[in-house]
Parts: sequence; structure tokens; C-alpha cells
Amino acid sequence: MVQNQSAPNLFRHHVLRSAIRESFVKLNPVSLIKNPVMFTVEIGTLIMFLVTGYIALSGDSTQGSLIYNALVSVILLLTVLFGNFAEAIAEARGKAQAESLRQTRQETPAKIVATGRGNNPSGNAYTLVSSARLQKGDVFICEPGDIIPADGEIIEGLATIDESAITGESAPVIREAGGDKSSVTGGTKVLTDYIRVQVTTQPGESFLDKMIALVEGASRQKTPNEIALTILLAGFTLIFIIVCVTLKPFAQYAHTPMTVAALIALFVCLIPTTIGGLLSAIGIAGMDRALRANVIAKSGRAVETAGDIDTLLLDKTGTITIGNRRATHFYPAPGVLPIDMVRVSALSSLADETPEGKSILELARTGEFGAELMPKLSTRGAKPIKFTAQTRSSGVDLGTQRIRKGALDAIRSLVEQAGNEFPAATDEQAKAIAANGGTPLVVTENEQVMGVVELQDIIKPGIAERFERLRKMGVKTVMVTGDNPLTARFIAEKAGVDDYIAEAKPEDKMHYIRQEQANGKLVAMMGDGTNDAPALAQADVGVAMNSGTQAAKEAGNMVDLDNDPTKLIEVVEIGKQLLITRGTLTTFSIANDVAKYFAIVPALFITSIPGLQALNIMRLHSAESAILSAVLFNALIIPLLIPLALRGVAYKPIGASALLRRNLLVYGLGGVMVPFVGIKLIDVVVGLFF
Amino acid sequence: MNTELIGVAVTYLATLLLAIPLAQLMAACFRDKPEPNSRPAMGFMAPLERLIYRIAGIDPDRPMNWKENLVALLTINALWFVYAFFMLLFQDKLPLNPDGNPAMTPDLAFNTAISFMVNCDLQHYAGETGLTYLTQLGVINFLMFVSAATGIAALMLMVRAFRPERTELSGNFYVYFTRAITRILLPGSLILAFFLTLNGVPASFDGEGQFASIEGDTVHVSRGPAAAVIAIKHLGTNGGGYFGANSAHPLENPTYGTNMVELMAQVLLPIALLLAFGYLINRRRFIWVVFGVMTTGFLLLVIPTLMTEYSGSPALANLGLAQPTGAMEGKEVRFGPLSSAYWSIATTAISTGSVNSMHDSSMPLSGAFQLLGMMTNAFYGGCGVGFLNYFYYLIIAVFIAGLMVGRTPELFGRKVEAREIKIASLVALLSTLLIKGGTALAAWLVVQHPEVVGPLVSVHDASNASHADHYHGFTQMLYEFTSANANNGSGFEGLNDNTLFWNVATGFVLLLGRFIPIIGPLTVAGLLANKKYVPATSGTLPTDTATFGLMTLAVILIITALSFFPVLVLGPLAEYFTPR
Repeated sequence: MVQNQSAPNLFRHHVLRSAIRESFVKLNPVSLIKNPVMFTVEIGTLIMFLVTGYIALSGDSTQGSLIYNALVSVILLLTVLFGNFAEAIAEARGKAQAESLRQTRQETPAKIVATGRGNNPSGNAYTLVSSARLQKGDVFICEPGDIIPADGEIIEGLATIDESAITGESAPVIREAGGDKSSVTGGTKVLTDYIRVQVTTQPGESFLDKMIALVEGASRQKTPNEIALTILLAGFTLIFIIVCVTLKPFAQYAHTPMTVAALIALFVCLIPTTIGGLLSAIGIAGMDRALRANVIAKSGRAVETAGDIDTLLLDKTGTITIGNRRATHFYPAPGVLPIDMVRVSALSSLADETPEGKSILELARTGEFGAELMPKLSTRGAKPIKFTAQTRSSGVDLGTQRIRKGALDAIRSLVEQAGNEFPAATDEQAKAIAANGGTPLVVTENEQVMGVVELQDIIKPGIAERFERLRKMGVKTVMVTGDNPLTARFIAEKAGVDDYIAEAKPEDKMHYIRQEQANGKLVAMMGDGTNDAPALAQADVGVAMNSGTQAAKEAGNMVDLDNDPTKLIEVVEIGKQLLITRGTLTTFSIANDVAKYFAIVPALFITSIPGLQALNIMRLHSAESAILSAVLFNALIIPLLIPLALRGVAYKPIGASALLRRNLLVYGLGGVMVPFVGIKLIDVVVGLFF
Repeated sequence: MNTELIGVAVTYLATLLLAIPLAQLMAACFRDKPEPNSRPAMGFMAPLERLIYRIAGIDPDRPMNWKENLVALLTINALWFVYAFFMLLFQDKLPLNPDGNPAMTPDLAFNTAISFMVNCDLQHYAGETGLTYLTQLGVINFLMFVSAATGIAALMLMVRAFRPERTELSGNFYVYFTRAITRILLPGSLILAFFLTLNGVPASFDGEGQFASIEGDTVHVSRGPAAAVIAIKHLGTNGGGYFGANSAHPLENPTYGTNMVELMAQVLLPIALLLAFGYLINRRRFIWVVFGVMTTGFLLLVIPTLMTEYSGSPALANLGLAQPTGAMEGKEVRFGPLSSAYWSIATTAISTGSVNSMHDSSMPLSGAFQLLGMMTNAFYGGCGVGFLNYFYYLIIAVFIAGLMVGRTPELFGRKVEAREIKIASLVALLSTLLIKGGTALAAWLVVQHPEVVGPLVSVHDASNASHADHYHGFTQMLYEFTSANANNGSGFEGLNDNTLFWNVATGFVLLLGRFIPIIGPLTVAGLLANKKYVPATSGTLPTDTATFGLMTLAVILIITALSFFPVLVLGPLAEYFTPR
């Protein structure tokens, strides 16, 4: 991730050069007409160049001097170019970002096998082809050191894979056939073991390819909010067309000569060129920011929707808690020595490969009897007893010693069937553990209760603060867990989530999403398994983890390359930032008009209505200087705001009203004040010549 | 002068005090389902309403969607136009014409019929000679009732968009319309007319009276059923005077007392309707914020106007004349400059358009504020339609503010999307187009074909006209179109407006300026009401806060300023900055 963030800087010169070239290419009216504001500026520019040409040829001086008209023309052209440049640089940066990812998977050799599951299980019979020739459904094999040539699904084997090229995360991950971690991404590297992979995408349609197409603008579509804003800006543009066209007869009535340059300059200054020029750059930069967070959004719309999310479904494990439950305490039954209890517990877990089992051993080793006990533990002659659905317990048989551990009721029936008594103190202890959000595991030796082990979920540090931040954004968080309601409620309270779904089955998620949506809420969720796919598709924003199954990735509208479940929080903020940047720059752009009016309107009429000098509150040097300064300010503000448009206006979860107040103050009031200062400063210089 | 100021303050405050109980009464009148254990307000009118429904063949219980309601509203208005046009065209041949007044010319009848149908009451005639008693009552008085009721009914059709239930229906236009007349306008006008009659306003069918003045001349005084017209003229924010001089006429507005009551009557319903709307949508906090925005805007116009008129004419001050009573040109001595200044803003902001002084003679800056009152047209605004105008500013404010807090904009739980923005932008665009387009056409004609427009009084002798007169002439044209577009009806008199050009041009502006700002907001409301309701979260932009109120005010001021700054500079501001 760190690499990716710095990547665009490496390409800085390249990015700039291509953006400047693109700014001129984008002057093509066919492409510019999609942006009505800048398109009208281009028409104005064309007229101004014609007027300038006419003056140069005829020497007519009623339209002002040649140099003045030429300057206005050039500044107008610059205005359009700056707008184009903003869009081009956003695209170029996105491209550079995508390029750095794409480079990792150029023309990799693929070891393709003839049929899906060949006769040769060792899979040595393959032919080498270029990755570009891989078709969907082809099967290839990968051995240690190979670069995976295409996106696919493991159909056989298990391997550790270095995904740092995509995710930036250096720790290798394990991918295996079947289950939810069967998906591999082209460009990543196999470190150990051997896998057979079936290609799941056509060439040119992999996620990377799709993403590159998106940021290259070819398939970028305007989002609903962007369309609405474009309409509003077009409305303002029409108002100013009326304002400027009617000025001509008004000027005639007032016996004022009105030059073409003045009318067009006024028009260009008034229409919202600032936001018009930056609008598409903001949209592209929004997707680019998602990309930098290593989230591939399948559409700009998905990023925008993320900002509107009301409800967030999060899996407990991995998101709210660290991995799995861990053993935290041993509670011996009455009359059992603590050291015996720990010994039996450790023995019961020796053959247990589950994370819970390992954590019991871990606790035994680090506990007070660790040094004394651990070396003596031996599994010689041990017969591990696997967990089954019938016994609902596991353990080990060591000769005559039968050691078991399991859930409270499973062990109780085991003990009582053997005719032994289940101690009341242990029963109470187990219930107390459950009430505290823990999971009690009862341990027995030869059907005698030895004690109870407490397993606890460890809540991720800092997660409560993140939920608090989400709450302030107005997002309700819901924890999804397979735990019983008691445990679920305890963890929900401790982590600070607003609601939980306990003993959740996949269809419960779906049900919850539907219910929220019926109440008008927008729901986001994150998932990886195939059984998450329907819910991912149903959710308004479904983020699939890159490690997840192909079905999950196809169902969601975003893919998280980092497989980080807390990523949703970032995505929500990116979506909000996108809208805020559009809103604030629109406000800024329109607020700027106040100062421009005060600069240009007195200048237009001052010769015939000298009294209007009183309205020239900036004390601009002359009519021509006033007009030049205003147009120049109008052009220069676009490149000055490009960094802000690309970075996005910061989102602060301080409540909608406070945020509005803050942005109104900065971009509304600021938008009124800044051009007064800016135009005056430019006029000081321009006034020396005009 | 202090007494005058107190008079203005008392008038305004009394209006507010009266508006609150009236709002409760009106909310009860229009509630579709009366609250349990309460009888519908003004229920004694129900039999009359049932009779009307039966005669007209209306099923008052039939639910209607917003499109059906719009069609009903437009059709019924079209019928009145045809009726009024022919009545005015043939009024000389019809009864109740004791003074033998002539028929209207077709273009004047066209203009007048439209003007009164759209609640504007631009008058290109003088009531004494231009109408008969039959048309005063059967056309003017009738249209004053139905046009006000149309506005009220239109507002009631908005209610559903603000309520949480998703629905395609928007109430029944006919029911709202009928109740507006039977339960509010008719009883209110009766009380008001009675009061005016007691204070000397004529109410008779006798022809003009005669008396010998102190100089010994015989003076003819027009009379007639004036009190009836004057009552609804103010209550329904119509503004068309019974007499040519409107409420500056001693028989239309005899005393300071009637002046106060007429002032209160025109401001009363717009405020009370707004509050009643708040009760009906069950969002009182929101409506008080709207009220706060409107009041702020209103006071921003009233206070500088009071100050300008109080300080008198600079031209007279330059001559060394003291003006202890403020600017008195064009004012009635019995009202004084402050009451006249307040009236001039109330009547323009609220789209009444009646006058108790001549706006043509106001100070140039006051003229600018009167124009601004009509250009915004949303600070209280006309009867019912004031909030409709406010509504499209609200949509734009909600959209920009919504983006600024990082959510897809929503208003009362409904997403505001491209279609709503398109309609709101078009409506916002329309007033600019009609006012500036009309004025530009007139200005062009004055320069190129002056014979078409007819003489502008102040500049008709061009050789003698000063620059300031020239700018004043511009303001006259601007004012006429602004008044027509805002459905205001007041005139910057001095314009010779009964010509083919003015009658036809303003006629069309009147039609578009009335119905597009009704169709637009009602369409948006219909679309919104049919959208899924999203309950608010802490990330939702609250629309019932002072911050959002400020945002809306800023949107109103900026859109108005951006649209009209150049014309205000060329008209009133040029006149103000140019010494005579």
C-alpha cells in the first residue's frame, strides 16, 4: 500500500506531460459538449478569436485595442485548457496508478494443461503459452516461484502466495481449493506448493483490466449526483446567457457602446467555470482515492453510494475481534488441584488444531505451572478423539485416561450418563463466563469434571473509536456472529456496535438487509464466501474481499485488495468526501460571482453613467484592466484548486449541521471574499499596462 | 416621526399575533382527517359546500393524484379566463352600468382577464371609468376570490410531499379550493368589508355622486360596491383597486385606521397559511425556520426603505430645504412616509400590489427594494403561492447543502435527484427570462421603434430629459415586467401602459409567471411524495436549523442578485448615483 501511494510521484513528469497533451486533445468540441459549462466557454473563446482576427485585419478600433482583445481571447482559451487539464491530470494519475499494478502482470508465461483434471495428478504435462492467450475455463498449474498469469480459482491444491504486488502486504497468504479462499489474482506470486487453477475471466476482463478501463475514463459514467449537479450548473449557465444577451439592448437604451470582449468576459466570469472545470476531475479523483485505499470500485456510483450508507453489516470475527477466541482462564472444579486441571486441559488440546485449542496450550505454557508442566506432557500412545456433531466434544485417550472437553450441556450429559455428579460450582462458573461474553469449555478426565476453561473474544484495539466515528456520521453498525445471543450482546456492547445478529446463518444477513432496505436504509456489507454472494448482491454497497470466491467478487460492487474488513469505514468516508468536494466547490464557484459583478458591471457602464464609479468598490484601475483582471482571476482559480479537487475536501464527523456551518463559512463566505482580494491584486499589475 | 414608526411596528406585530390563531383555525379547516374528538373547523359551512359539490358534480371523497389535480387547477382557470374576457368585452351592453362606462378593447380585456385570474391585478385602466358595477362584482370580485383560493388549494396539494407516507395522491383540489372560499375567504372578507363600510368606504349601487367644492366647482365622485372588492383585494393578496388610485384614494382607504387594517389584511393570510402548512405537515420547527428566513428577508427590505424615505429627497436637501416629515412626494398626508414605505414593501414582497402611495415617486433606492421584493417573491409571498416560490429555492438549497455534508441530498426523507433539480432550475430560470427578456424587448423597442411601446412619460420629451429621468424610464419598464412576472400588480405609474404592446406582452408574462411556478413545485412535490421515505440519521442534513435557514436565505439572495444585479444597476442604482 505504501508503494502504491508513492507510485504517482514516480511518474510525475510522465503524468504532467501526458496531462498537458490531453488538455489540448480535449478541446475537441465533440468531447467537450458533455460539459455544458466549459463548452460555452469554448464557443466564447472562438468568437473572441474571430473578433481579434477581424480587428487585426480591418484595424477597427470600436471593439477596443488589438492587444486587449487578443489577451482576452488567450485568457479564455487558458480557462478551457485549465479545465481540461484538471480532468486530464486526474485521469493520468489514475492511469499511472493502474499502470503500476498492471506492470506486475505483463506477458507472464502460463503453464497450461490440456484438460481440467488430467490423468496425470502430478500435473507435469503442460505447455507454455503467453498469459494473454488464456481463455476463460482454461486450467493452468503453478509451482513455487511462478507468477500467476491470470485471475482464477484453485481447483486443486494449496499454496502460500505473495500478494504484495496487489495489496502491498508483505506477509504471504494461504490459498486452497474449495471453500472461501480459493481465488487467486493474476500478478501474484506462488511461494510454496503446487496448485491447479481454472481461469475465471476472459483476457482483458479481469478486475485489473476493468479498473484500468474505469480510470482511463473510457467507461466512466456520470453518477446520479453528478448528473443532477450538471443540470443545476447548466441552469445557472442559462441564467447568465439571459443576463448577458439582454445587456446589449439595455446598453443601447443607456447609449453605452458595448464591446464583444466585455460581454463575453462577463459571461465567462459569471458561469460556474470553476466547478464546471473541476467536476469530472473530482469524480475521477474519488475513484482514484478508493483505489489508493486498495479498493476497486466497479463504478463511480458505488463510491458515491458508499457515502450515503445508513447501515453497515460487519462480521464479528476478523473485523471486531482479533481472529478467534482465546483461552483466558482455567477454573478448577471443587476438590481439583489447579495444576491437575491445567494439565488435563493442556492434554485435551494437544491434538487439537483449532485456534481455540492452540490458545489453551498457549495459556498453559505461559501460566504459573507452565515451566513445571509442559516438558512432562507427552502424547505417546495418545489416540486423538475428533470433534463430532454427535458427541459435541473432543479430546484424547491416553491409555485408560479418557480426557474430553466440550460445551457445557454436551459434557453434562456425558458426565451424568456415566452416573457421576456434575458439580454445581462448575455449572455456576460456566454460566458466569457465558454471561460475560465468554465461551465456557468444560474439561473432564474419565467422566469426572476437572474444571472449566474460559475462552474470550479479544476486541481489536481502537475499534470502539471507529464505531463512534461511524455513529457520528449517522451510520448504524451491525455485528454478524455465529455466537449465541448472550455472548453476542456482550461483545456488541463492549465494542460499541449498535445492533447484532446472533447465531447468524447466511440467510439471516439477507433478511436483515432486506428489512433495513424496506425502511428506506442503504446497507453496506463485506463478505468473502460463496454463501455471502446473495447478500452482497442485495446490499447497496457490497465489498467482496479479494481472497474470497469468484462468486462473491462478482456479486459485490467493490473488491478490497487488502482483505481488510474495516475497510468499509474508509470507503464510506471516501464517498462522503466526493460529494462534499463537489458541493463546496459549487458554493465557492457561485459565491465568486458577487465580486466579479462588482468588477465588471461598473466597468461596462462607467463611460456613460459616471455615477456608477461608486460601485467600483475595489477601485480597479480602468474598465479594461477590470475586465482583464476578472477573467484572469477566473482562469487562474481553476489550476489553483486542482490540488484540492484531487485530494478532496476533508470529511469531519461533527454532525451534519456543524459540517454545513463550517463549509458554508470556508467556501461560501470565503468564496465571496477571495475574488475581491484576488482581482484587486491582479489589477495592481494589469493596471500598469491598461 | 416616532409615532409613525410605532404605527408601523404595531401594524406588523398585530398581524403576527392574529396570524397564529388563524393558522390553527385554517389547519383544522384543511385537515383531511379531522383529529379525534374535534369537530372540523367552520363546519357550519359544510352544507353549503355539499350543495356546491352536488351542483358541480364533484365527488369530494375521490382521491386524486397530483397530475389530476394539476389538470383540474389549470382547466378551471382557463374557463374563468374565457368568461372574464367576454364579460369585459361586452360590459357596456350589460346591466349595472349607471355611469355608462364603455367596453374594454380586446387587448385590454385580454390583459385584465388574465391579470385578475392570476391573482396579479395589473390594471391598465382606472376602475371608475374602465369597469361597470357588474364587472366590478361579477368579474373582478369573483376572480379575486377564486384566484386566491387557487393559490391556497395549490399550497394544500403540497402537504403530502412533506409527510412520511409514500403516496401518489395529493388530496382533492376541488375540496381545498371550495373550503378556501367558504371557510376562509368569504367569512374573512365579510368581516373586513363590514369594517370598511363603517369607516366610510362606499357600498352601494348608486351612480357617481356630485358635490360643490369650496372653490364652487361641481365635483363628480365615483361610487359603487367598493367595500366588497377592497376586502378581498387585500385578504386574497390581489391588490386591484376599485378606484384607479387604489388605496391612496380617500374612498378606498379613508383613515389611518383603515390603512392599518388593510395592511394587516394583506400580510395576514400569507403568514397564517405558512404556519397552517407547518401544522398540517407536522413539522413546526421547520416552518418556524422558514418563517424566520422570510421575516429576515422581509425586514432586510423594509428597514432600509423606511430609512430612505425617512431621510427625504437629496435633490430637495441640495436646495437647502428641510424635510422634517421625510420624502412626501407621492405620499398621502393621512398616512405619512413611513407607513407608505412599509406598505410599499409589504405589497411588493407579498404580491398584493395595492398601493397607498405612488411608487414612481419613491426614492430610487426604495424603488430598488420594491423591485427586489417582487424579484424574490418568496418573503411571505402571495396567498398560498409564497411557499411554492420558496419551495424551489429550498430544493436548490437542499441540494447544494446536502452535497456539502456528504450525502445524496434529501428533503424530508426523499432523495432530491436530477429530475427535481431540472424543474427547480427551470422555474428559477423563468423569472429571469420573463423579466429581463421583457424589459430587453421594451428597451430595444424604445430605441428602435418607440411608436410600438408608446411614450415613457418621464422621457417622452427626450430633448428635455435628464440622465436621471432616462434611468427612471428604464426602471418603469423593468418594474412593469417584474410586477407582471411576480403576479404582483402594482405599477410604477407614469408608464403609459394601456397600449397594445404592454397589454399583450405583460399578458403573456402574467400567464407564465403564474402557472409555471405552480406547476413546477407541484410536480416536484408529486414526484417526491411518490419516493421511498428514508428516516433521518445523524448524518442527514437537518432542514429545521438556523444554519440551514441561513443557507436558504443565502441561496435566495445570491440567485436574485446574480440574476438581477445588472438591471438594478442600470435602473434605480444609476438614478441614485446620478445627481439630478
